[in-house]
Amino acid sequence: MSAGQGVAFDPDAPWRLARSVALRPEPFGALVYSFSTRKLSFLKSKVLVDVVQALADHPSASAAVTACGVPAAQRATYEKALADLAGSAMIEVRES
Amino acid sequence: MTAVVPERPVGGRLIDQFEYGLDAPICLTWELTYACNLACVHCLSSSGRRDPRELSTAEAEAVIDELQRMQVFYVNVGGGEPTVRPDFWHLLDYAIGHQVGVKFSTNGVKLDRARAEQLARTDYVDVQISLDGATAEVNDRVRGAGSFATATRALEKLAEAGMRDFKVSVVVTRENAGQLDAFKALTDRYGAQLRITRLRPSGRGADVWDQLHPTAAQQRELYDWLLANGDGVLTGDSFFHLSAFGEALPGLNLCGAGRVVCLIDPVGDVYACPFAIHENFLAGNVRDEGGFQRVWQQSELFAELRSPQTGGACTKCAHFDACRGGCMAAKFFTGLPLDGPDPECVQGYGETALAARDGALITPRSHLDHSHAGPVRGQPTLLGMPGIPAKACDESPLAGLDLRSGAR
Repeated sequence: MSAGQGVAFDPDAPWRLARSVALRPEPFGALVYSFSTRKLSFLKSKVLVDVVQALADHPSASAAVTACGVPAAQRATYEKALADLAGSAMIEVRES
Repeated sequence: MTAVVPERPVGGRLIDQFEYGLDAPICLTWELTYACNLACVHCLSSSGRRDPRELSTAEAEAVIDELQRMQVFYVNVGGGEPTVRPDFWHLLDYAIGHQVGVKFSTNGVKLDRARAEQLARTDYVDVQISLDGATAEVNDRVRGAGSFATATRALEKLAEAGMRDFKVSVVVTRENAGQLDAFKALTDRYGAQLRITRLRPSGRGADVWDQLHPTAAQQRELYDWLLANGDGVLTGDSFFHLSAFGEALPGLNLCGAGRVVCLIDPVGDVYACPFAIHENFLAGNVRDEGGFQRVWQQSELFAELRSPQTGGACTKCAHFDACRGGCMAAKFFTGLPLDGPDPECVQGYGETALAARDGALITPRSHLDHSHAGPVRGQPTLLGMPGIPAKACDESPLAGLDLRSGAR
């Protein structure tokens, strides 16, 4: 597969759900599917779904994490999840 | 009977969440027609002849509209041979135009240069060419004379057209299990990707399963091969029963029937899984009020399937967490209880269970059979040539009986 289109994650940069990616809410969180890489991923909590959906409205990923009320102790977990999504091209840097 | 549906836990492992089902399938198989130019001996849907009740173009479009609303990201389209439907190319464009990606399986019969170029230009479409032998000899015994040539011609056309990431789709059998490296080499030669899946005793597959399912030794080799090559090879997560050898295979190690997968058949019937075309697994029809969404979200059958297995022999096995009891369809069509071992259980419990079956047991058969009524061109030879009586009366139970010696 044409993987490896993802990029390193910078929490201070502005991000968004990639344009070729669809997100479908589910009882446990959400499914995300990339029409370009044909890869399916899972967002395993509703808060993570909120964070991913909030990315586009905040100046940085870090700000989106804060805005969604993620406790300080869990920040690292959420940033790691976002880094994985960046690595698989599910989220992309926004030009703004 | 109303199923008592246990409450979904919050958090925990994803696989446990999937057991409770999803709002829409992850992976939906849609067979567009029972018509097929071939007569493969192991056809899971006993295809051959078109069914006069098949969905019309307008009805198929309505299903696609619904899948779009439910955000089903893609459908696996098959048959029969889907490309023999005159509106196939229209429906392909219609689905893609409605954000429903299409992965379709074909034997390659309609993939000429122009179609290959069309596909190469189209985003959101994946093509799988079915091939069940890395050589014509092995393939054609199962799929029919000339089918290897047809498939490889299609692969050539796709490669020439610049199509990327198309698949070669192989059902692993006793006869081709030794060809995995050869399949990989063949696939690499066309710049394609290899996809291997498990043979099920479904449809006509029930007639040849004893003869074609991989031996225990082959299953072990397959498992080792998947661990070594798994990253570059797709499996449709169909070999999860092999996880009981030890290390879990990549992907979803769970029976997804009615939970994350299902089948829409050519007449719009919705079954729990593509390998379970049987009344017991029929959840409803897309033509019913409420359409596919209502069948998926509210059918009693699917509610029952969305309960984790808590009883049965397998739950006491140390490997249950790895294989989850294996494939529902494989058990059902070999006459085994659904809460017991898979017939190909790698711990050997399947063989014991098969041997312990009642000798008088008649294994369940699908109520549907669209097989060609007579031989087709290039009939597969696995089952031998049909005997042709020399004279019509040779069919008589007394034909050939020589009474002379007894009479004298």
